[in-house]
Amino acid sequence: MDLNERPVIPEPVPTITEPPRAGEAHILSQQGTPLTDRAALEAPTMVSVKDLNLFYGRKQALHGINLEVGKNTVMALIGPSGCGKSTLLRCINRMNDLIDNVRIDGHVRVGQSDIYAPDVDVIGLRMRMGMVFQKSNPFPKSIYENVAYGLRVQGVKNRAVLDEAVERSLISAGLWDEVKDRLNESGLGLSGGQQQRLCIARALAVKPEVLLMDEPCSALDPLATSRIEELIFELKRDFTIVIVTHNMQQAARVSDFTAFFWMGKLIEVGLTEKLFTNPRERMTEDYISGRFG
Amino acid sequence: MTETLNIPPRWRAFIRRGSAMVWLSGAALALSLLMMVGLVGYIAAKGLGFFWPSSIVQVQTSEGPILGEISAQEKAHGTDPAKTQFRVCNRDLFGQDYRWVPSADIQDPQRPADAVLVERLENGPFIGFIQDGSSGETLVLRAVDGQTLEIPRKHIVRIVPSNALGVFGKSRVYASRLWEFVAGDPRESNTEGGVFPAIFGTVMMVLLMSIAVVPLGVVAALFLREYARQGWVIRALRIAVNNLAGVPSIVFGIFGLGFFIYTVGGTLDQIFFSQKLPTPTFGTGGILWASLTLALLTVPVVIVSTEEALSAVPRSQREASLALGATKWQTIWNVVLPGALPGILTGLVLAMARGAGEVAPLMLTGVVKLAPSMPLDASFPFLHLDRKFMHLGFHIYDVGFQSPNSEAAKPMVFMTTLLLLLIVLLLNLAALRLRSRLRARVGGSSF
Ligand SMILES: Nc1ncnc2c1ncn2[C@@H]1O[C@H](COP(=O)(O)OP(=O)(O)OP(=O)(O)O)[C@@H](O)[C@H]1O
Ligand SMILES: [Mg+2]
Repeated sequence: MDLNERPVIPEPVPTITEPPRAGEAHILSQQGTPLTDRAALEAPTMVSVKDLNLFYGRKQALHGINLEVGKNTVMALIGPSGCGKSTLLRCINRMNDLIDNVRIDGHVRVGQSDIYAPDVDVIGLRMRMGMVFQKSNPFPKSIYENVAYGLRVQGVKNRAVLDEAVERSLISAGLWDEVKDRLNESGLGLSGGQQQRLCIARALAVKPEVLLMDEPCSALDPLATSRIEELIFELKRDFTIVIVTHNMQQAARVSDFTAFFWMGKLIEVGLTEKLFTNPRERMTEDYISGRFG
Repeated sequence: MTETLNIPPRWRAFIRRGSAMVWLSGAALALSLLMMVGLVGYIAAKGLGFFWPSSIVQVQTSEGPILGEISAQEKAHGTDPAKTQFRVCNRDLFGQDYRWVPSADIQDPQRPADAVLVERLENGPFIGFIQDGSSGETLVLRAVDGQTLEIPRKHIVRIVPSNALGVFGKSRVYASRLWEFVAGDPRESNTEGGVFPAIFGTVMMVLLMSIAVVPLGVVAALFLREYARQGWVIRALRIAVNNLAGVPSIVFGIFGLGFFIYTVGGTLDQIFFSQKLPTPTFGTGGILWASLTLALLTVPVVIVSTEEALSAVPRSQREASLALGATKWQTIWNVVLPGALPGILTGLVLAMARGAGEVAPLMLTGVVKLAPSMPLDASFPFLHLDRKFMHLGFHIYDVGFQSPNSEAAKPMVFMTTLLLLLIVLLLNLAALRLRSRLRARVGGSSF
């Protein structure tokens, strides 16, 4: 991929002349056409972060973040290393609960519910979210069991349901043709790129409402990367996606919105096309043009 | 410094490259291997020859003729002349199995072809000649000094005409004796016959111990590593557990006696077996209490290796499981424990190796010199956990140091030792095989 190439941005569909209403946006996106700017802007909010501060011990990692992610849109989080992208992502499914000495204030809403409310069911919340980690982390189990894991812990025992979910997820992750004859072999026997797609399939199997992806392509070759990007494009029809990436082209290609972080602060968020061609902040421009970070 | 020491440059380079360390560690490894081979080789050499029929020699001395196997020879020491030891057997006629004779006194050694060694159920073997073998009921034997002896044929284990046998014939005798040793019951207060009940008792005790120690150790390690808040209390607890491994085993024996036998067993007897009292059922030593005592003795090993294995399961896999909505216990059960299983089995291997070789705590908790019945047999309820049992380690101690005829039993001690080593090895190999199969199943590269 030529780094100096101008980011490719999904072409707006020219046939839509009138601004669609919110409901229509959803229907349109399900038909597989890329969202127009307007449609993306009018998508109902799926994830909303309000005044979020996060402290690791005494060190503050996130400063007053405000961010909204629309249903069936892709939000890309970019920014230099250590700026808090992963931290924010892990706030959305409360994975930061697992770390000692984390203090969080502010609100995160997923759908209608405040996920940091005292009575919230964390397990139930995580079942509604899929997460793909920076480094592929399949279980030392068979390919089949890897994908079926999420359903199994939800108590699904029906073989037909599991079979269907495994096949569907592996097909959407673009791995089915490569593994359909060896579903009972260990997931660790796959190549790095295949393992990452296996992890994506595992996250898809439970039909999550929101898919959180932390640099899913960082360990992949360009070919596997473009497969995953196509995949994200397809997944957008059914899921809301938040993706962390260090690759500007990737952010430009796959996302509807982009948020730029710096030192734990959200510097700028907006339509990807606008942010990449005409950023409001000087800092954003410097970062995306590679002048720092 | 180096100038005063004046090390040649070649050597300095040798040390700098680190080759010295490689050679040093190689030498240390070689030394420990040599010690192992030496130990096992010595035991094997002392024990394995015992079953091979040795020739029966007849000599003339000033005190009359002697017929027997030459069992030892001693050179002259100062005023003591050189001596030869004969294994003359015939305990019932001569009163002793062995005789020392000054070597100078020995004349006219021969190997009479018709001399036989008769292994009997009582009084040890007989060495002499067959006087009259015509009767189907009894056999008339003649010792070298002319005394005759009539013994019933059903008291005879085997007749070995050692001098007349070729290599093949001797091999058959060897095999048959070896089989008797491994599969037979002991005779003559354990100095003859086989050790099968002891083998059985040892294996069964180790298996019972494994069944008890794995859940105990794994649950304890899970609590320490996964559930407990890591603080100074847990650190202290962990140190205590590690130190438990260093407590002398007899202390565990005393604990087993006091707690398991008297307290738990005594209470069980009062509740369930009160009609049999004062004869205790569980309130006395037995294989169950011995196994549990050994389980306590070896649990630190399992805890330590399980903890290591648990912490070696990658954090990323736990996170993957939790992110899919699994509870903590589901994550532990489905991801962490399977990943840690090879490490847990390593702990079990170490525990078995330690447990199989312990004798002291068993002596307080249920091992006996001669058990009338096995802890597992055909009579209901088949598994008799309250029964006393025999054990190879205790057998070694008993035969070697407690038997009235320790000279005759010496080779038995070596053979039993060899067998004990072999059993520990086999049990370990079984666990290792299980581990490698599990590792192959879970995909291997993670641990
Ligand atoms: N478990 C933790 N304990 C303490 N500090 C942490 C922890 N995890 C992250 N941090 C700190 O929080 C800040 C943000 O980390 P985060 O992992 O979110 O960065 P990131 O934007 O994802 O970086 P990268 O692009 O390198 O993945 C960093 O300064 C990091 O040192
Ligand atoms: Mg990160």
